[in-house]
This record gives sequence, C-alpha cells and structure tokens, in this order.
Amino acid sequence: MDFLQPVTWAEALEAKAAHPDAVPIAGGTDVMVGLNFGHLRPALLLDLTRIADLRDWQVADSAVRLGAGVSYARVISELGDRLPGLAMASRTIGSPQIRNRGTVAGNLATASPAGDAHPALLAAGAEVEVASVRGTRRIPIDDFYTGVKRNAMDGDELITAVSVVPPSGPQQYSKIGTRNAMVISVAAFGLALHPDRRAVGTGIGSAAPTPRRAPAAEEFLAGELDSSGLWESRAELPEATIARFGELVAAAAAPIDDVRGSARYRVHALSVMARRALTWAWADHRSATQEA
Amino acid sequence: MSTPTRTPTGAPEHLTGPGSGGVGDDAQRPDGVLKVRGEFAYGSDLWMADMLWGVTLRSPHPYARIRSVDTSAALATPGVSAVLTSDDVPGEKVYGLELADQPVLALDVVRYQGEPVALVAADHPETARLAAGRIHVDYDVLEPVTDARTALGHPTWNQVHDSTAEVTELSRESAHLHPEGNLVRHLKVRTGDPAPTADVVVVGEYEVGMQDQAFLGPEAGLAVPAEDGGVELHVATQWLHVDQKQICAALALPPEQVRLTLAGVGGAFGGREDLSMHVHACLLALRTGRPVKMSYNREESFFGHVHRHPATMRYEHGATRDGELVYVKAAIYFDGGAYASSTPAVVGNGGTMGIGPYVVPNVHVDCYGAYTNNPPCGAMRGFGSVQTAFAYESQMDALAAELGMDPVELRCRNAMEEGSATPTGQVIDSPAPVAELLRRLEAMPLPAASGDGEVDLRDMPGGVSNTTHGEGVRRGVGYAVAYKNVAFSEGYDDHSTARVRLEVVGGEPTATVHTAAAEVGQGLVTVEQQIARTELGVERVVVHPKDTSVGSAGSTSASRQTYVTGGAVKAACEKVRAQVVARAERLVGRTVPDLRLAGGAVVSDSEDITVPLADLLGDDVLEETLEWRHRPTEAIDPETGQGFAHVQYAFSAHRAVVDVDTELGLVKVVEMACTQDVGKAINPQAVVGQIQGGTAQGLGLAVMEEILIKDGKVRNPSFTDYLIPTILDMPPMRIEVLEYADPHAPYGLRGVGEAPNISSGPAVLAAIRAATGLPLTRVPVRPEHITGT
Repeated sequence: MDFLQPVTWAEALEAKAAHPDAVPIAGGTDVMVGLNFGHLRPALLLDLTRIADLRDWQVADSAVRLGAGVSYARVISELGDRLPGLAMASRTIGSPQIRNRGTVAGNLATASPAGDAHPALLAAGAEVEVASVRGTRRIPIDDFYTGVKRNAMDGDELITAVSVVPPSGPQQYSKIGTRNAMVISVAAFGLALHPDRRAVGTGIGSAAPTPRRAPAAEEFLAGELDSSGLWESRAELPEATIARFGELVAAAAAPIDDVRGSARYRVHALSVMARRALTWAWADHRSATQEA
Repeated sequence: MSTPTRTPTGAPEHLTGPGSGGVGDDAQRPDGVLKVRGEFAYGSDLWMADMLWGVTLRSPHPYARIRSVDTSAALATPGVSAVLTSDDVPGEKVYGLELADQPVLALDVVRYQGEPVALVAADHPETARLAAGRIHVDYDVLEPVTDARTALGHPTWNQVHDSTAEVTELSRESAHLHPEGNLVRHLKVRTGDPAPTADVVVVGEYEVGMQDQAFLGPEAGLAVPAEDGGVELHVATQWLHVDQKQICAALALPPEQVRLTLAGVGGAFGGREDLSMHVHACLLALRTGRPVKMSYNREESFFGHVHRHPATMRYEHGATRDGELVYVKAAIYFDGGAYASSTPAVVGNGGTMGIGPYVVPNVHVDCYGAYTNNPPCGAMRGFGSVQTAFAYESQMDALAAELGMDPVELRCRNAMEEGSATPTGQVIDSPAPVAELLRRLEAMPLPAASGDGEVDLRDMPGGVSNTTHGEGVRRGVGYAVAYKNVAFSEGYDDHSTARVRLEVVGGEPTATVHTAAAEVGQGLVTVEQQIARTELGVERVVVHPKDTSVGSAGSTSASRQTYVTGGAVKAACEKVRAQVVARAERLVGRTVPDLRLAGGAVVSDSEDITVPLADLLGDDVLEETLEWRHRPTEAIDPETGQGFAHVQYAFSAHRAVVDVDTELGLVKVVEMACTQDVGKAINPQAVVGQIQGGTAQGLGLAVMEEILIKDGKVRNPSFTDYLIPTILDMPPMRIEVLEYADPHAPYGLRGVGEAPNISSGPAVLAAIRAATGLPLTRVPVRPEHITGT
C-alpha cells in the first residue's frame, strides 16, 4: 500500500486525479477500522491531515463553511450555537477519542446510511462543496447520497467543505442505540424548523438504503403551521398534528431487519422520535417568542 | 453463627488505608502502575528477533465435510515458511478439557464456523494471511443443527421423540454430530415426592442468549523451539498445566519438553480455559525451527474461544398459599455447540444449583448439554449458574405476584441458611446468609426519582443521544439472590501447588512465592504477596513468574484461586515458618511457645525476644513446596443427583433500579446495589472490584450482550455490534461486604469473583419487568421486546 501526504490542496487534488482509487484519510475513524479488519485494502492512501486550510471553519454568504478536516469535537465546542442540530448529532458519535479525530466530511465520504451527521445535514439543507483539478462544485445534500455507502462524487473529487446555513428556528436530533453511548445508530432523526422560509426540514438515518428526508411529513407540518397561523401565533401544537407528523416520518422510512434492530422497531422508533423532536422544537420556538 | 467483622457501606472510602500489605489490607497490586501507564506487556506484545507470524485458516461453514485441502499455492507464496494441516499433528489429533473431541486442525468434518483448518507461518502477518487465503479447501456443505432441543430430539420439554414418529429432525444421518450422539450430559436431580401438588403453581419458559467473555486482550502467544527438541510457549491463559497436558498429547512430547510460561493476560472470564493458538504455534515453531508468534485480531478472537452456553429452560414452581415452596420442576437445556469443552461441568452446576438458594422439599430437575453446530460453548464466569438464575429468580417474582406477596418476603421465607439441605442432599455447613443479604439490600435508601430538577441527558435512557427528556420513562426496582459453588466439584481432585522461599537479599528478608496460578487481572499476585507477608512477617515478597517448573495450581476459574492457591501459599509459608521457628529455638536454646514472625524478625510477646531474620538466616535459603487440597467432594448419584458435590458456596444479592423508556424500549440502569458474603476479604479493594466487574458483566447480559447466530453463523463478531456496557450504562453502586467466616476455608474466605455476576442480571431483568409490566422471559432484553416490535 502506498501513502501520499500532500501539504497543499492543489497537490491533493492532483494526487486524486492521478489516482482515482486512492482512499482519502483524515480522522481515520472509518478507514482504519476497515484496514484493521481487512475489509479495506486500498492501493493508495491519501492523507489529508497536513492540509491546514481544511481544518478551518468560517462564515461566508450567511452560511457556516465547515472545512473537511474539522473534528466533531470542534463542531460541538465551537459551533453548538450556530449549528445546533449538527452539534447534537456530533455529541452522539463514538467516544471522546473518536470525536477528536472524526470529521463530518468523513461521514459524507463514507455515506453510510448509519452515519450520524446525515439526518442533521438533511434537515438543515446543507451543501457539500467538492473539488477536483477540473474545478469546484456544490452538491445539495438531497442529491448527495446515491446508494448504500455511495455518494455523488466522482473519482477525482475530494470534499472541501460542508456549508450549512445557521437556522432561523429550533433544531433537534435524536438517535437510537442499544446502549447509552458509543453505539452505531439503529435509527436516527433530525428536525429543523425554518420559520424564515416557513418550511420544515427532516432527516432519517439508518432506516433506508441512504439517509433521506421525509418530504410528506415536512409538507404536512409546514402546511398545518401555515394554515393554522401557528408560525406567528406560536400556540400549542394540536396532539393530532404531532401524531400525524410522527406517522408520516415513519412512513418515509424503508428499513431492513439487521443485527442492530428490526425493521418494525425502526419504523416505530422513528415515529416516537419524530413526535418528541417536534414537541421539543416547538417548545423552543414558543419560548423563543417569550424571550423576544 | 459468627458475626460479620466488617460491613463496609460503599467503595472506596470505607476501605482500610495502606497497612502492612498483609491479609485484610488493600495492598497495592504489583502490576497496577504498569497497567495504568500502559507499560504492562500482554501476550500480544511478545516479540523475538527472527520470529515468524502464525495465522489460522478457519472454516467459513458451520458444518461441512472436507473433500480435500490444497496448500500448494500457499506454500509457494514468498515469505511463507510452513503450511500445516491435521496431517502434520504428530500426536493426538483431538483435544478437550473434559472429553477429547475437538480436532487440533480439522480432520474430515468441520462442525462450526471458525473451526481451524490449516496454519501458515510467514515472515509477516500480512503475508501469512495472504497465503492462508490461497489454501484451497473443497467443502461439501451440510445442513447445520442449530438448536439444542432439536439436536437431542426433544420437540417438547423433557420429551424425547417417539421413535415411531414419522419425521424427526434427526432422521438425517448428518444430524448426528458425534459418534456417541448429540447428548453431552444429562443430569438428574430427584428428591422428595415425584408427583407433588401445591396450592399455587407458576410455570415459565425462559431463554438466555450467548454471552461472550469479551476480554480486551486477544488470544496471543509465542512458541520458541528449544535445543532439546522441545518447545517453550509463552501464552496468555488460565491454567498452564491443563494446557501443557493437552499440548504434550498433540505434539507427542513429554511434559519436560513442553514448558509454559504465563504471558500478560488481558482478561479471561473462562474464555482462556480451552486451548486456542497454543498447539498451533508450537506446531509451527517445531516445524520451522523458529520462534512463532500468533495473536488473534478482534474478529478472530470471537471465533477463537468458547462462549457462555445459551440456555432454554422451563420451570414449574409449586407453593402453599403462605408462600412456602413445595416443589420445583425444571428442564434446562444448554447449547454446548460443536465440541464438549466444559459442557459436562456446566451441566453439573446448572443442574445441581438450578433452583437457587432456596429450601425446597420436592425437586425434579433435568439438565441437558447438547452438541449443535453453533460455536463451542464452555467456561464463562458464573458457569451454568448465570443462566438458571434468570429462570429461577423470574419464577420467584412470578410466584410472588401470583401470591400477592412481596418478592423479597417470598425469597426470605424460603431462603437457605446454615444447616439447610440443598436439593442434592448436601447440608450446608457454613454460613448461608441469604435472607440477610436481601434484607440489607431492602434497607438501603433508594436513589432519587428521575426528572427531579433539570434534565441531564446522561441520566436518561438513551443518554446524550437525546431520545427522551422524561417522556415514556418509568422506574422499576428488582431484587435477585444467587449462589454458586466455589472451586471444582463432583469429586474432582482439586489442588494447587506452592513453593515458598525465604532468604536474605541485600540485607532484607525476602520471600519468593512460586505458583503456576494464572494472574488474569483479578489480582492473585497481590493476594499471594499478602499471604506471604502475613504468614512470614516480611515486607518484601517476590512473585516468581508463573510457569510449569512448579506443580499445577489448577485453573484460574470457579472463584477458586484465592481459596486453593491461597491455601497452598499459606500452608507452604507455615512450613517455612516452622523451620524458622525451629532455628530460633535452637538459637535461644529452648522452646518458646509463642514465637512468631513479624517485622522481619522472630519475636515473642511473652518474652523479650527479637531475632532478626537477617541474622537468623545468614546465607541460608529455606524453601518448601507442597500440594494443597480443599475438602474432597464426591460424585453425585447419576439417577438422583444426590451427593456432597460442592466444597463451598458463595452468596450474593442485588437490587437494581432502572428507568425504562417504555415507548422506545431503552433502559438506563440507575443504580445497582449488592450485598455479598465473602467470608474474609483478603484484599477489600479487590473484592469490591470483583463485585463491580461481576455486576457490570451481569448487567451486560441482561440488556445488551449477545453473540447473534443465524444458521450457525455469527452475525456480530466485533465490538461494533457485540456491545458491552460503557460507563454510561454501568451506574454507581452501593456495596456491602459481609464477612461470615467459613470454618473450612483458609482465613475463612469465600471465592468472590462469580457470585455477583449471577445475581446482577436477574435483578436488572426484574426491575425492567417492574417498570414495564411485561413478562420479559428472554435476555438480553432488546428494545423490540419492550415495544412489541
């Protein structure tokens, strides 16, 4: 196995163009497990940790642009206020050691349906910035996941950054695991309320071949909030609305039975998580008014 | 009855401070600092210049005939020094702890997924793995037998197939896995009325999944060929001499030529009692003439050691309206997997102690161990008692509910005590404070209710995964009590050997303790030092490396080493002490009745005598070696199970407090409380550590730990999907340690390590039942069981 360690982004892109089958490695929390178990035997590893630019985040065009090398630990400690949903998701990931190493971009590159960041990115409507020697493009998160552990990137592309617009409303994130820490998701749910554009964002993890949104649930809830004037009145949500939202989120899932949980349980758990997340988010929305 | 000499209320603040390092002190572990600093050398750290790496090719099939094995491509791989199959095993081709039925390398049939088929030695582990992949094995795949009752032809509980039945699962010839059939052992306990009746009857069926020992240090060792044609094996194991015996048989070498030394052991819990890479590394070393290291990775480790037997059990309890047990009937099935390992002894424990620490006049137990094509199962902490405790304690709760009685009250009313007879007719001749253990738990304060004040997600079911802020959460409290035999039973000649040396080194009297007893992390090396300090009155005690140049110490299992090897060290020290005292008396020229050893000198309390050992011994070395045995046990009657089967019992009880998110099926154990009688705490801190660790392992089985098998194949051979409790799953504990001396045991001590592993899980299960109102008859309890999905 060969090992390349570019120190500039240009060098990295050239290397990737020259070796499209090179496996990029940043935190290594996925790649090293694959290597240690013998599941992954790449001809070439492309180490991105020497590229200082990737480790920064900044606010640009009203969005947070999160460099591909920013760790989950930094998302939690530095961006908890700007990207609450992603920070909540980051808190559920692995152990402190894993959160110190792992990156959101790594989650995207692996594109596992169980990746913890995905539901939060979907709910927030993130954009993935990818680059190659051919140039840079921005892939809307909705178009990014193309299959089980597959994404929309070409062989010569690397992830530069993820852009997430800080929310105008509350966000929530919940994840089921069969122990209370350091566990792979059995099912996960991300929710974002966007009062500025009178929209609802959702994300479902570990319950379909790819991370996905629940569009019918989003439209239903946005419609209810609109038609009943609830965005402005911030009145209590009717129980029936909460319940229906849960049902629609669950209906958007297409889970399987596997070693971590049954399909039926995943569907059930999604409906419960969706109801609770909505309840908490709405309570936040209502209290925001009282503070305002 | 004796009275407790210490009733600590918690850990660690109650513990005695640093004392002289003798018996009863929290003596510091000699390996403790190294381990905390990451400097301790485990088996996987072994290394020699010029060594080769050994790798095992394993069967991908749970059951198959081997038509042929072609090793030519593997042998042709550059860097490969040897490729071996069963043809290259010079001695006995099968081995086993109790029955020699397991091939060193597969013969004509593989009976479980992961069975070793061939070995490769190469100059790099990757090369060896690459070459192993080039070995071509032609398999004729057979349909596996994957259920114990099916294997035995018991379509209904305890009911053998009618031979006239048209179709049975056993009609295929290949469903008979071993020449003697699929039954490893059937144990019967029969006492009292064979057809009893009772006012109130409860019946339950229970299932326990396959737990793994989940030790963190994988199987590892280094075999070094010796000039005398023999081999030296450094290996992380639990019982050097039983390894040596089996290795000698396979290599056709005498014991003098197979010398074992214990490598650093990263946990064992029973999983290192069977051979793993031992013979394999020796075969490769002898073939190549070079040192060979073998070290499993995590995935291979799941296939490289036995697991805890899964069990299915049917229990029927009959009681009077007042809650007095009249009878218990039980059918217990242990799935032993492909090879016997220690299944016969597991059946022995499961059967003889299968109704729990209760007095029952009429008992009818059938306990079976079966061969299947599942992974081999054998020793694991609690050894046959863990599984039955889930059943009998669930039954006690069901009976209490049926009677409208408090579950603790029902248990206390039927509790064993000193003088009680067990179902095997053994009168318990030392303290058995079952009721007191429960009453003490009951008297402990309960933790505060959840949801008081600000929500801290870490206190919620689901933790920081943010699944509940209190919604759906209900609290439950459950109790369980258990007992477990200490040391080897049923007439086994259970002994240990200790060599103790006393000499003056650099002006300081120094004792050296040499035993072959495996230190697996439990702290036996500390206990050996403590005993020598107390018995010989010296501060400096060297623990000799554990090896086979001294006699067998027996296994580090069955909660037995402090009792049996501790007893041997104590007895050897006493003989050395007698020599010292005799010398001192020769020096003073007369008999002094109260001479003793303390502070590095021979002293008398009645007379002004102080003879420093440094002066008394000079350059002389006093050494004694002896074998020590506990009271003999006896084989039980094959038809009734009656007999003095067990030398000692350990008792513990737990109270579990849980919060369950009843909508999502997630569990947070809020608190575990444990009371245990340890007879005498040789090292109180180590005792508390055993209770905490045993409790965590029992909790793990109750809520998450299971090797999932489908069609004989393991689905989760990794710590990604075989989950063990984290610090957020294991709550703080309240611990009370009782010390009712067992007059038959050294210092009055009782084995400690296993009992808390047995009562912990059933208490958690009871608490989840209390929180949810669900029957919950299978462990581990999964979210699906609680949510009905």
